Amino acid sequence: MEYTTLFDKIWDTHIVRKIEDGPNVLYIDRHYIHEVTSPVAFGNLEKRGLKVLRPEKTVATMDHNIPTLDQHLPIKDLLSRAQVQQLEKNCKNHNIELFDLKHENLGIVHVIGPELGLTLPGMTIVCGDSHTSTHGALGAVAFGIGTSEVEMVFGSQCIMQTKPRRMLISINGKMNKAVTSKDLILYIISQISSSGGTGYFIEFAGDTIRNLSMEARMSLCNMSIECGARGGLIAPDQVTFDYLKGRENSPKGEDWEKAVKEWSMLKTDDNAVFDKEYHYDAADILPMITYGTNPGMGIRITDRIPENITDDSFNNALKYMGFEKGQTILGKAVDYVFVGSCTNGRIEDLRMFAELVKGRRKAENITAWIVPGSKAVEKQAQKEGLVEILEAAGFSLRQPGCSACLAMNDDKIPPGKYSVSTSNRNFEGRQGPGARTLLASPLVAAAAAVTGVITNPADLF
Amino acid sequence: MSFEKFKNLKSTAVPLPIENIDTDQIIPARFLKAVERKGFGDNLFRDWRYEKSNDKNVSFVLNDEKYSGSILLAGRNFGCGSSREHAAWAIYDYGFRVVVSSYFADIFKNNALNNGLLPIQVTSEELELLMQTVNADPNKVIEINLEDQSIVVPESDFELSFEINSYKKECILNGYDDFSYLQNMLSDIEKYEQDRVATF
Repeated sequence: MEYTTLFDKIWDTHIVRKIEDGPNVLYIDRHYIHEVTSPVAFGNLEKRGLKVLRPEKTVATMDHNIPTLDQHLPIKDLLSRAQVQQLEKNCKNHNIELFDLKHENLGIVHVIGPELGLTLPGMTIVCGDSHTSTHGALGAVAFGIGTSEVEMVFGSQCIMQTKPRRMLISINGKMNKAVTSKDLILYIISQISSSGGTGYFIEFAGDTIRNLSMEARMSLCNMSIECGARGGLIAPDQVTFDYLKGRENSPKGEDWEKAVKEWSMLKTDDNAVFDKEYHYDAADILPMITYGTNPGMGIRITDRIPENITDDSFNNALKYMGFEKGQTILGKAVDYVFVGSCTNGRIEDLRMFAELVKGRRKAENITAWIVPGSKAVEKQAQKEGLVEILEAAGFSLRQPGCSACLAMNDDKIPPGKYSVSTSNRNFEGRQGPGARTLLASPLVAAAAAVTGVITNPADLF
Repeated sequence: MSFEKFKNLKSTAVPLPIENIDTDQIIPARFLKAVERKGFGDNLFRDWRYEKSNDKNVSFVLNDEKYSGSILLAGRNFGCGSSREHAAWAIYDYGFRVVVSSYFADIFKNNALNNGLLPIQVTSEELELLMQTVNADPNKVIEINLEDQSIVVPESDFELSFEINSYKKECILNGYDDFSYLQNMLSDIEKYEQDRVATF
């Protein structure tokens, strides 16, 4: 008998055909789409005279391009408006459920999917967006694809993929004060580099992972792509079942009992062998912050920027960011704080931010954008009184969208300005041409927002 | 969508020895608002090719008249970051047909192959040698043969062979796309759906 990993079990049971010395044809249970990577795919489908094969397995949202203020008004940017209208037209034409600007469950695709119980353990899930790996937190094989692949899924509900190799990353031990799952993943990427996972699919395991909430697991899996991996997942357990119970699209009644029984079998066999393994001790992990121009260029907030790296890309990154080798980041004045994105735009992230800023005031030099990941998160924040706490501290809650993560809408960081961001990428110009992004957790972002400088949140508790 | 067949290519090359070139540099997010695949070549490496004033950045290699061709030589971990296929479109629409690097990010590699843009992975030493050859003589023509899986620099003893998945090789040699392959197996896909054991 062959011992297999969780990833193998899900992947192998979704293979429709194995092409000799070629990719697998993989069946897709859930196809999420959004307004940026779908129009050309729909256009090509129509040129071929075809309709989407399984519209009932397709879910659409608008998130990348939309404004995060005055969403009730027509979108000002004409190109953004055109893309959004194109999605509306396409969904109507192909009978696809669309979470549009008027929908009560509007939000970022990787936030609303799990919220609505549309992502379930054991599923294969794709979307034309690299942070699709988020859904791996629920024990799904979920990964990002390009527009041509979106078109393939439209036409056949399948995709052609070479099966990635299996990587295990385990973390054990109790998390230190003020450390979040965002810090765990930033630490991992700093250790294995932004290309260390290329060609692999990661399973995250270990007691530190088991003790994470579902939202914390989502933040972690979200950034699997940032170390180059195709995706990352966490085996379902009671945390997963408790999260899913009662959600709109979760199985109900007898189906629920059956489902939990099946999902409980979704785990790696004890004797299974991974192609590569990394093991970490939670005691080594402190709040993290990035200083460079890829997510792997991160340090613990109390450490100094490395001194003895000599390659050009390191030097160029420091030049772009205005930092020096060997300098500390603590105490550095910053200009913007962005809390949001599919990485850290959920209710627990807003709670963390609110808890730290409660009773304090936003620093004068800071412009803050607090963007909930969905309408549901926004409503929950209102219900819990977080909005009052934020407003008393000088912050305000905007409306849901991808916002400043990639600055396709108006939420752009000006050139040369420093932004502490709970998003997932710090590439040159990502948040606006010339913008200087420091990736961090909601607690590090909160600490910067109230002090005006990079501060260790552990010191503020 | 289907693309031109690629059998072999004889061209000069453009050296871009920067590592970790991410897809936000290849095609910045603000250009993803198009609803059609048009004009992406104009915005390839936009923020490196042009200053904020919209004047050409004369120090960027694509603006250096010495270098031209359909082959791009790029530093390791090319195409990391976002899944945007627009990056592959921009490179292809600009005029490149091959990218040679010592390491490609996964999603970008797939996107390139799906668009008839050939990503060739070589060792870092081989990449360095190619970069040096082109820097020494920008008019040097490099020959790439997909059938033989070879890169040859004529009048030198530089010759190497590269790996490529044989299914993808067939597709690119013949201009086949995966979409048609999948359409031809719809009955197998329907059978799979019927046979599935999962209850939800």
